Amino acid sequence: MDIARVISKRSSALWAPFLILILLASLPLCAPQYTIILLTTIFMYIVITVSWTMFSGPTGYISLAPAAFFGVGVYTSALLGLVLPLPAIIGIGGLASFCLALFVGALTLRLRGTYFVMFTFGLVELLLHFVLWWEVNITGTTGRVVPTVNNTKVFYFMLIIFVILMFALYTIRGSRFGLALEAIGQNEDAAAHTGVNVTMVKVITFAISAFFMGAAGALMATRWTYIDPKIAFNPLLSFMPVLMAIFGGMGQLYGPIIGAAIFAYLEEFLITRFPYYYMLIFGTIMVIAIVYMPEGLVGLIRRLLKSSTEGRHART
Amino acid sequence: MPVLEGKGLTKYFGGLVAVSNVDLHVDEGEIVGLIGPNGAGKTTLFNLISGALPLRSGTILFKGQKISGLKPYEICRRGVARTFQSIKVFPDMSALQNVLLGSYFGVSPGMSSMEALREAKEILEFMGLSASSATRARDLTLASQKRLEVARALATKPQLLLIDEMMAGLNPTEVAQAIELVSSIRKNGITIIMIEHVMKAIMNVCERIIVLHHGQKIAEGTPQEIVSSETVIKVYLGERARAAS
Repeated sequence: MDIARVISKRSSALWAPFLILILLASLPLCAPQYTIILLTTIFMYIVITVSWTMFSGPTGYISLAPAAFFGVGVYTSALLGLVLPLPAIIGIGGLASFCLALFVGALTLRLRGTYFVMFTFGLVELLLHFVLWWEVNITGTTGRVVPTVNNTKVFYFMLIIFVILMFALYTIRGSRFGLALEAIGQNEDAAAHTGVNVTMVKVITFAISAFFMGAAGALMATRWTYIDPKIAFNPLLSFMPVLMAIFGGMGQLYGPIIGAAIFAYLEEFLITRFPYYYMLIFGTIMVIAIVYMPEGLVGLIRRLLKSSTEGRHART
Repeated sequence: MPVLEGKGLTKYFGGLVAVSNVDLHVDEGEIVGLIGPNGAGKTTLFNLISGALPLRSGTILFKGQKISGLKPYEICRRGVARTFQSIKVFPDMSALQNVLLGSYFGVSPGMSSMEALREAKEILEFMGLSASSATRARDLTLASQKRLEVARALATKPQLLLIDEMMAGLNPTEVAQAIELVSSIRKNGITIIMIEHVMKAIMNVCERIIVLHHGQKIAEGTPQEIVSSETVIKVYLGERARAAS
């Protein structure tokens, strides 16, 4: 009986994501446009948060660069939107961010702790003001128009990016590369003395995570129709993945997903219901979450599950 | 033929001379002890050899090839492994994973996962840690963590192993076990340099001892020569050691 339970548990763990995915993919057939747009936004946050966790989770290097990589994707879309088909734009947006991350990573990943955090955030500001300067002084514009794409198509592409991201994350976690990444987070010196080329492992992972942020940016730009540097390189987008990952709990693979999904929905809900107080309520929820759920939602759920099973054992 | 050769090794920390013009050579199959008072520069010397710190001047040759200036991972892949005085295991990884990392990334990186796993298990067995292979490293006892560090270093398949204070903080039984381990590691053909304050261990297993004081090499010789050397007794061992020997 025990074996049967184990098997059914394991297969349900395998099938549940597939079922959810099929459900999501068939949603545009029946759901209203608003739901599709909301889900796209939610999945954008999930993609950014999960790709942030891919690097910052195991290594403990807190990157505040997501907005920079996202913005590079956005501008790729704005520049090439009329010339190339959407999948190519998404790919190029991702690659551009990948290359930027390789370059920036090679420069900064020798930095540790606070210095790295500061630099990555500086990168967002640097790019924002550079593009702003460039647009005003060289091209003589401030904003750009991005050709729109239909909502359902954007939704499907976001779903595809998400699936590829999860596949990449899963592959890395199970590989020796992933083990090295974890070792770096736990003791970088020891990892280096055990033969791990720590700089290379860090830079490559940083770049892979940037790829997905850039891809998401390139795709999302098509939904906004008009963009300028302040929209593309919105610093808030650097903090969101950190908050969402902490809110969800970084210990488990699904923690950041749940965190991002709930957070993104909450944001939408609060903006529409309480447009003036939304930031205030948002902040309060965040503070409460950090004080009472140090391990995030996932930690809370596990604690509840544990205490309920323990209670059952005590009674029998 | 010397496995390791250091010429004129020098390192300053600001104005402080940590290691000053030290020459050393270690032959294949030897166990060399490195002793000296606290702050003598023993661990700094290890850091210079393993690439954790850059040299101010001097060169280090490993099997005749220059390794000074290389990065720690490159030196490790050449065949020099080390342990740390302040334990640096990967605390949230299992003992097996700690060792696996060494098998994956050491001297022969391209190994298949099956092979690496088999080898890691063998090394855990050899170090007497098979029972706790699934235990998180942070939950191991101090003695076991120290052995895990050695296991991880061995997994990289070194020819030269630098052991930094393996015995400190261990009880007499554990010290005896550690001494035995060191001898059996040497029997597998690995050359060893060990920093140690436990004199019993040093005297028992080392063929040659190098004494550092204020960053300088003040004596070198067999254990018998060292315990009877006037300078060494004056700066490090004290009169009691002479009485005991």
